[in-house]
Amino acid sequence: MRIDWALLAISPPGWGGLLLRGLVTTLEIAVGGYLLGLLIGIGGAFGKLYGGAVSRDLLECYTTIVRAVPELVLIVLIYYAGTDLLNRVMAALGYAAVNINGLAAGILVIGVVQGAYSTEVLRGAIRAVPYGEIEAARAFGMPSALALRRITLPAMIPHAISGLANLWMIATKDTALLAVVGFTELTMATREAGGATKAYFLFFCAAGMLYLLVTLISNQVFNAIERRARRGMPKV
Amino acid sequence: MPENRAMNADTRLCLDSERSQDAEHQVAAIEVVDIHKYFGPLEVLKGISLTAHDGDVIAIIGASGSGKSTLLRCINMLEIPSSGAVRVRGEEIALKPDGPGRRMIADRRQIQRIRTRLGMVFQSFNLWQHMTLRENVIEVPVQVLGQSRKAAIEAADSLLERVGLYEKRDVYPAFLSGGQQQRAAIARALAIKPDVMLFDEPTSALDPELVGEVLTVIGDLAREGRTMILVTHEMGFARDVASRVVFLHQGVVEEAGDPVTIFSAPRSERLRKFVGSIR
Repeated sequence: MRIDWALLAISPPGWGGLLLRGLVTTLEIAVGGYLLGLLIGIGGAFGKLYGGAVSRDLLECYTTIVRAVPELVLIVLIYYAGTDLLNRVMAALGYAAVNINGLAAGILVIGVVQGAYSTEVLRGAIRAVPYGEIEAARAFGMPSALALRRITLPAMIPHAISGLANLWMIATKDTALLAVVGFTELTMATREAGGATKAYFLFFCAAGMLYLLVTLISNQVFNAIERRARRGMPKV
Repeated sequence: MPENRAMNADTRLCLDSERSQDAEHQVAAIEVVDIHKYFGPLEVLKGISLTAHDGDVIAIIGASGSGKSTLLRCINMLEIPSSGAVRVRGEEIALKPDGPGRRMIADRRQIQRIRTRLGMVFQSFNLWQHMTLRENVIEVPVQVLGQSRKAAIEAADSLLERVGLYEKRDVYPAFLSGGQQQRAAIARALAIKPDVMLFDEPTSALDPELVGEVLTVIGDLAREGRTMILVTHEMGFARDVASRVVFLHQGVVEEAGDPVTIFSAPRSERLRKFVGSIR
């Protein structure tokens, strides 16, 4: 079998450009969804640890359901049912139906899924922070938001970082599931290129290399963050 | 502050709240009025009153479980007393009911402001592990008190110098001995220029050979006329530096007075036993 490398050229008739655009979309959704998930996770973790009975129960339902249902089902559900629900609400309020931006919907879907997992990762990490450090912040008159930002969050990062790195890897790959709702991210772009040229093997290998590249770079970034976060801890 | 030291003989532990209103005294730095504290059904503090005037060094002693740490922690509301009041420089810390038999902070801003005037030193140091010693010392001055970073660093360096840790200023706490960490924690508390220093068994978590270096630092602070309330097991130290000693037994003040009387001529049987058992 002869491999036609020209098919990977960036500009047409090569399909490289489509793949790279797919990669950019993938990264946009992954970064957006991951950050949204982190925000939900921070709120969720503190809600579960320090919230009232009602918020704790609601968060428990959220994390249990989202972690129990397969992500593919969740994505289809949130994407179609979510937009449908939104439009019904808009109609009830007398507004015209809105066309949901695919990118925003993708970020929302990944964010909601990631949020449930990061809630649990961060909850565990916060509990691993020695209580005395938080108590010292209180004893010196730090308002709770300041203590959270200056003491609790930096102190929990060493305990959270490996779990959060895993979640990032999962986020980059969960974006591929958005192909089922007709979203042209990297996997979908690869399938299109393969379908048009029948060079499936070439394109899927290329896509695999791109995913691998993302992972390798991410590893470097997370290692650097971990080194920085563990600066106050003796090496084991 | 020689006049403050001279006043010590005159100031007393007030077991009735009216006396603290006495006009001839200046406003007390700390005034604890008839506090009770329950942990569930267990009554840990059974009506304790205590007044610290400027320059007082009050040592709280007693067997473990006598409630002495709880009493100290009630002063800055790390524990909320079930009833009774705490006044700092005449200002009562506002509390409000929080369910049956419980109370909570009524005014967050007030307690935060008051806490920045009370320098707390913990049994287990509680330094922030992700910050160097210097970062630990400047944290509250910069972030809470709004000092400039430059001024805070200058002050921090001279405090670290004072406790003998200037060379270690860029080291993280986990790389230091317990004695060094506790001295840094004292520098952190001093950095807020507190009205009163609160020490919660500052040497109890230390190896015996490290106790001395920490006591030296605390002793120097006491001798320069700093107002301090100190929960301790170090009887010899209490005798040397305290202006008053309070002996707690099962949540009540069993006996209180000047250190010489307390240690040499204890009146109550329990204190006599306690002093005897420690030696």
